[in-house]
Amino acid sequence: MEKHTLSVLVENNPGVLTRVAGLFARRGFNIDSLAVGRTDRSDVSRMTIVVEGDKALIEQVTKQLHKLIDVIKISNITEDEYVDRELVMVKVSAEPSQRVEIINIAGIFRARVVDLGRKTLTFECTGTEGKITALEESLRPYGIKELVRTGKIAMLRGSKAVSVGGAWPREGDDE
Amino acid sequence: MEIKVADALVQCLERENVEVIFGYPGGAILPVYDSLYHSKIKHVLVRHEQGAVHAADGYARVTGKVGVCVATSGPGATNLVTGIANAYMDSIPIVIFTGQVSTSQIGTDSFQEVDITGITMPITKHNYLLKDPMKLPAVIKNAFHIASTGRPGPVLIDVPRDVANMTIPFKYPANVRLRGYRPTYKGHPSKIKEIAALIGKAKRPVIYAGGGIISSNASEELLQFAEAISAPVTNTFMGLAGFPGEHPLSLGMLGLHGTRSANMAISECDLLIGLGARFDDRVVGNINKFAQQATVIHVDIDPAEIGKVVATNVPLVGDVKLVLKSLLPLIEKIDRSQWMERIEELKQQYPLTYCRGEALKPQFVVEQLWNCTRGEAIIVTDVGQHQMWVAQYYRFKYPRTLVSSGGLGCMGFGLPAALGASIAAPGKPVILVTGDGSIQMTMQELGTMMEQGLAVKIIILNNYALGMVRQLQEFYCEGRYMSVNFKFHPDFELLAKAYGIQGYTFRTEEDVIKHLPEALAKPGPAIINCIVPVDENVSPMVMAGQGIHEAIDCG
Repeated sequence: MEKHTLSVLVENNPGVLTRVAGLFARRGFNIDSLAVGRTDRSDVSRMTIVVEGDKALIEQVTKQLHKLIDVIKISNITEDEYVDRELVMVKVSAEPSQRVEIINIAGIFRARVVDLGRKTLTFECTGTEGKITALEESLRPYGIKELVRTGKIAMLRGSKAVSVGGAWPREGDDE
Repeated sequence: MEIKVADALVQCLERENVEVIFGYPGGAILPVYDSLYHSKIKHVLVRHEQGAVHAADGYARVTGKVGVCVATSGPGATNLVTGIANAYMDSIPIVIFTGQVSTSQIGTDSFQEVDITGITMPITKHNYLLKDPMKLPAVIKNAFHIASTGRPGPVLIDVPRDVANMTIPFKYPANVRLRGYRPTYKGHPSKIKEIAALIGKAKRPVIYAGGGIISSNASEELLQFAEAISAPVTNTFMGLAGFPGEHPLSLGMLGLHGTRSANMAISECDLLIGLGARFDDRVVGNINKFAQQATVIHVDIDPAEIGKVVATNVPLVGDVKLVLKSLLPLIEKIDRSQWMERIEELKQQYPLTYCRGEALKPQFVVEQLWNCTRGEAIIVTDVGQHQMWVAQYYRFKYPRTLVSSGGLGCMGFGLPAALGASIAAPGKPVILVTGDGSIQMTMQELGTMMEQGLAVKIIILNNYALGMVRQLQEFYCEGRYMSVNFKFHPDFELLAKAYGIQGYTFRTEEDVIKHLPEALAKPGPAIINCIVPVDENVSPMVMAGQGIHEAIDCG
């Protein structure tokens, strides 16, 4: 099954995340990852949702999402050229004698040390999903104590954009 | 000038031309009721909040307008849930107001607090928790717009008590601004041409018409379309009354308890034209055996319905009425006499039948009801066997004359919905056909009926059992009847008397023939208790996993 990355613009209203997450749960769609944050406009948030499924399922996901009043726009950016990134923070067990070795490995992935403990090293790393997974696998033999991934965010390449377009007033604004 | 939010709320309703509200007061909704005190809007006090939402639903189905209901926070709000789900499943436009505890108390488990926007998220088209008083006018404007346009549905507005008591400068917005909500009404012209071409080539077309025909008021266009292309029409349960049942092109209802002729026509057709229907599991049966020879055209206002259940050859998103209007001029009349003959043959070969005997049969009661009214009445039903017998044996002439719970299959819907229907259509006879199970779920609303001076005729097809479940147990549980037979019933005639309602008990065909016309004609409400046999089944019936053309007789 393929993974699809949906870039979804939503009204920055309370409860919008619940609406989207609830929809996935009750329709039996699986979310692979979900990242939410504001866009350049304070009234609009962007959700980057990675969903696994065939074409028919993705079509249903998209159509059902569109039925939510708070959803403004949906783009399946996997259908186009795009760049994607994910940020990971990983805390690895590291005896002082192992530090250099571990830092060298992390260096291959351009991961940076963000914290140092007596027996641990914490790295941050950004990249595609594949790179992050490779980093994780390389560090696993040393013992991963904690790992946090942000979930994928993505953007179309070139001048194309997934944006609201036009200066719509915010819902509820007086005319 | 600033006015109280609750007053503004009532003014918004007046601006939306709301004539009647169904509701039940309480603490958190107190400010709204205080503002209603001075309003011209009629308020109908029900006996249970479920009654309010079903009544608003019945009102909406009959008028096509938005039904409105009000309840307080906590239990008031949760009592609405079943009715909201019912309206959502059948795409009925209603706007629901609930009281909420004050904003400072939200989230503290305070008295009569419940997260009703959270609870109703999956069963509303949209909902609002109104925390900002300034937003009230726009929220109400949007709510009525969302409820009544596109694929209609319920919208809930939760109003905290402190917000209702604040003051705002009131101005009702003229326009709706919703950038995430823009339904498609006009079908794509190239697709419409494609459909016209397919119809031109088809030898055995069948029109499969759903509730969308009713909600878009497309009955007239459907009739013209069916006659123009010489195609028989089968209705879903929700689509009944969208096409006149006595018309030669009518095949009646299809699906699980549909007519054999409709189900056979579906499996023989080479072109299936789905109009405002959603290929529900009760309609298609085994999906792999459904309309196997047919090219499928699917017209619906909701893009998510297209391709959800069956693969469609020609999808078209749009309002059925507008689509039919643009399709009609493109259609050339074709002679399909061979197909018409086959349809007639199917109808002759497979009429709906039941065995008449000593006992009074429920189907007979429904047939006599048709004979008495000839479609000139609003028929409301509850849910169960009686509902299917109405669907099969009552022929329905005009749209919006059937009020029934389709998608949710909600027992208890009937009586309160009949009250809403009766208020919606003063002077029109409203007849509720119900079962002894269903009526006992919401019969507290008899009090509302009497208080409002409504004259609903209530026909109880009383078999002392939950007949539909009993039928399922006969076929799926080898006749192990578990908790379906009632050992106690009230005396329904005496119950009628307690409310000051005329009561009747019919035990024979003769009783019905002699007294039904008079019971229906007499002014005022009536409870007509028809004692019918417990072992009568709804027939035909499609067993689980079977194709709809493989229905069995189980009479």
